[in-house]
Amino acid sequence: MSGIVSYGSYIPKYRIKPEEIARIWGENPEHIKKGLYILSKSVPAPDEDTATIAVEAARNAVKRGRINVKDIGAIFVGSESHPYAVKPTATIVASALGVDFSLFSADYEFACKAGTAAIQNAKAMVDAGYIKLGMAIGSDTSQGAPGDALEYSASAGGTAIIIGKDNVIAEINHTLSVTSDTPDFWRREGQPYPTHGERFTGEPAYFKHVMSAAKLLMERANSEPGDYRYAVFHQPNGKFPSRAAKKLGFTEEQFKTGLLTPYIGNTYSGSMMTGLSAVLDEASPGDRILAVSFGSGAGSDAFDITVTEHIDDMERESASTIKQFLNNVEYVDYSIYAKFKKKIVFGGNLE
Amino acid sequence: MGELSRIWRESDHRYRLVAHECGNCKRIFFPPRDVCPICHRDSIGKMREVELSGKGTISSFTVVHDSPRAFKRQRPYVLALIDLDEGPTITAQIVDTPLDQIEIGKRVHSVFRRIHEDGPGGIIQYGYKFAVDLS
Repeated sequence: MSGIVSYGSYIPKYRIKPEEIARIWGENPEHIKKGLYILSKSVPAPDEDTATIAVEAARNAVKRGRINVKDIGAIFVGSESHPYAVKPTATIVASALGVDFSLFSADYEFACKAGTAAIQNAKAMVDAGYIKLGMAIGSDTSQGAPGDALEYSASAGGTAIIIGKDNVIAEINHTLSVTSDTPDFWRREGQPYPTHGERFTGEPAYFKHVMSAAKLLMERANSEPGDYRYAVFHQPNGKFPSRAAKKLGFTEEQFKTGLLTPYIGNTYSGSMMTGLSAVLDEASPGDRILAVSFGSGAGSDAFDITVTEHIDDMERESASTIKQFLNNVEYVDYSIYAKFKKKIVFGGNLE
Repeated sequence: MGELSRIWRESDHRYRLVAHECGNCKRIFFPPRDVCPICHRDSIGKMREVELSGKGTISSFTVVHDSPRAFKRQRPYVLALIDLDEGPTITAQIVDTPLDQIEIGKRVHSVFRRIHEDGPGGIIQYGYKFAVDLS
């Protein structure tokens, strides 16, 4: 059976705390910290974007799995902040890795679940025998309008997952998706910041899709929450995934390892995948993982995963672990953040 | 368009640190050279592509305060001479490292970053920069 043969992540070094953002916009940071359960979020450096994050994550996956890049037959990059409107991020990743010219590649877009849709398609192509290895990447430098609630959470980061049939460290036993046309969050072409549909964000969007996908998956797998060692959900803030997990019958012990948003914010397409990366950093053979993403607009992709004995053969520390990314940080104030995120705009073609 | 073709032509060495090794004297050159400057005609047809590890040591550096306009968001920033483990010395920017932690002799590794963009509608040039290793 096909599954994950390697994985790698990247989270920019810089962080900003809600206190700093609240100070500028005259809000109470305690409300944000308690209401959203976000204690800090990652900030990309001025020379980082979705492509650079995707490349770093991809390189970490290649390094950790000792992958021969010539075996990679597909690269799909999911993001809602691709650097170009027209010109794929996947080609930049392919070139930076030195992958063969004979390659399936595309950029995906489905709000925060484009990366997990990429995992499903890479798996389908491996299962169908079209390719030996497929790489799926979720990477974003997400946007929140100045003063908007999203500014506290929209962050940057990404994860690459390599799917194959040999030396699988975590088998993907089942995967399914749910989809509906829901106006919870969108960004029109050419607009710098997204808009959210206020009351649509919670119940009709996140909870309906995440919980339906999780329940359908457990039905198909004939499993129940107690069968899983870990559960990972899309995490737009710290509160939603905890609430969804508890409603489904999971305990904090099961979801705390993969819950990174309180420390790094919402990495959008990288969100659930980076949580999964944190779980794979410490999982043992036999551990079962339930992983559910969510993309606004809206839909969820759910995965039932079992870690195999091959994970013990992998030198997981040979590439940066999530714990290392969480420990190596530098906090910036709002003015540096505004400069880095290009919220301060120069006139003319200065850069 | 001259700039565009240069960016495209240089992408292998800027993205992946692809160098040339002389098949005659085994010296490695970065950026790649079609002819070995030591062996001259003896190297013709013997220059071979090799990918560098991106690991090296800072041999010298300078702090740039008066930057080109395109680097205004990053100043002051550090440009360093880096002795790569495979032999070549290259000039590159050091990122993600506080100025007081940059010293001659420090180990560094390459990272993939944006180098320059040709205005808001132009091509984005990517390539190598370096960061100091975590001790």
